[in-house]
Amino acid sequence: MKTDDLIAALAADAPGAGPSQSVRWVAALAGALVLAGIAFSAGLGPRPDMLASFAAVRFTFKFVLMAVLTLSALAALIELSRPEAARPRVLLALGIAPAMALVAVGLELWAVPAGEWSRRFLGANYTVCLVSVPLMGAAPLALAIFTLRAGAPSQAGLAGAVAGVLAGAVAAFFYAAHCTDDSPLFVAFWYTLAIGVLAAAGAVAGRLFARW
Amino acid sequence: MTTRQDHTLAELFRAANAGDERAYAEFLRLAAGLVRGFARGKCRGGEPDPEDVVQETLLAVHLKRHTWEPTRPVAPWLIGIARYKLIDGFRRRGRMIPVDLDDVIETLAAPEPETASPLEVNRALDALSAGQRSVVTSISLRGQSISATAAELNMSEGAVRVALHRGLAAIAKAFGKPS
Repeated sequence: MKTDDLIAALAADAPGAGPSQSVRWVAALAGALVLAGIAFSAGLGPRPDMLASFAAVRFTFKFVLMAVLTLSALAALIELSRPEAARPRVLLALGIAPAMALVAVGLELWAVPAGEWSRRFLGANYTVCLVSVPLMGAAPLALAIFTLRAGAPSQAGLAGAVAGVLAGAVAAFFYAAHCTDDSPLFVAFWYTLAIGVLAAAGAVAGRLFARW
Repeated sequence: MTTRQDHTLAELFRAANAGDERAYAEFLRLAAGLVRGFARGKCRGGEPDPEDVVQETLLAVHLKRHTWEPTRPVAPWLIGIARYKLIDGFRRRGRMIPVDLDDVIETLAAPEPETASPLEVNRALDALSAGQRSVVTSISLRGQSISATAAELNMSEGAVRVALHRGLAAIAKAFGKPS
């Protein structure tokens, strides 16, 4: 088949390019929130004093931080699922949440006496965090990899890792409502580790399943 | 590639995504020319066959055309796809280290003719189901319209469109894979 013959067949199939990357990724985020929300209400549920706790700045900061991370991962994925994205500038946005976390850690170290640090860092239930965030993020990660497959990522591993960050941030957003450890010392370390598990899984899944 | 050329490409591509088949065919012909130049520059010694790279890129352009942002230039997007497929083509050839044929090429520096019949697409075509193959060949090789194909094969136009779309996706998937 000559190239001109192939073009004739492609042209006859012209209609129906389908939704843009932005639309697909916003839909994927909505789906990820639903999936993580279902897993959250089935497995963990909110802590009893959740509504009253929003008055506390440490508690509320956990949600702000995860929302920022979710949105920057979303922006990065919209770029990374395009073939011309070599190393898009939007990856810099992924640094915003870690920078915020570092500032919060600094403030916490300044506000809390040194004798308190290790208790706040270890918290009451970091194992629950390390287990439940990856579990709640598994279905969102699968959805994100599926969305990546429909795109054209030129760096499937990197894009898969960012998909893991998205899934992890969404899962941790819900987990934050359950967890009673609100200190930035806890959040900056254990949340990062839990999200890192999903990022690593995403990098592998991206290489395996997001080739095109 | 000038801004003006890219502007023309973008205009054709926008019309194509709105369903204009003629604009789409014109866009694909221009795109094929650009990718051919790129691929011939990279595929020294003819491995992989540049025309195979052109065809595989066009198939990916087709299946991934929603990843182009209408406000952006076309060329970086197009070459991004071609580069990905070219690297893939090298990888598929496994550990074979490409021999540097610079000296040979200097003695063969005449303009390369269009490859008469690229291998990969024909092998991929053989992998299709009989129904998909007859639809794809009717429209591509014999240049028939959707409606003429439908009448000849005693199918509805909708069924022809579906078979064409699935057939092209299957060709893209089978491209370069050992049969």
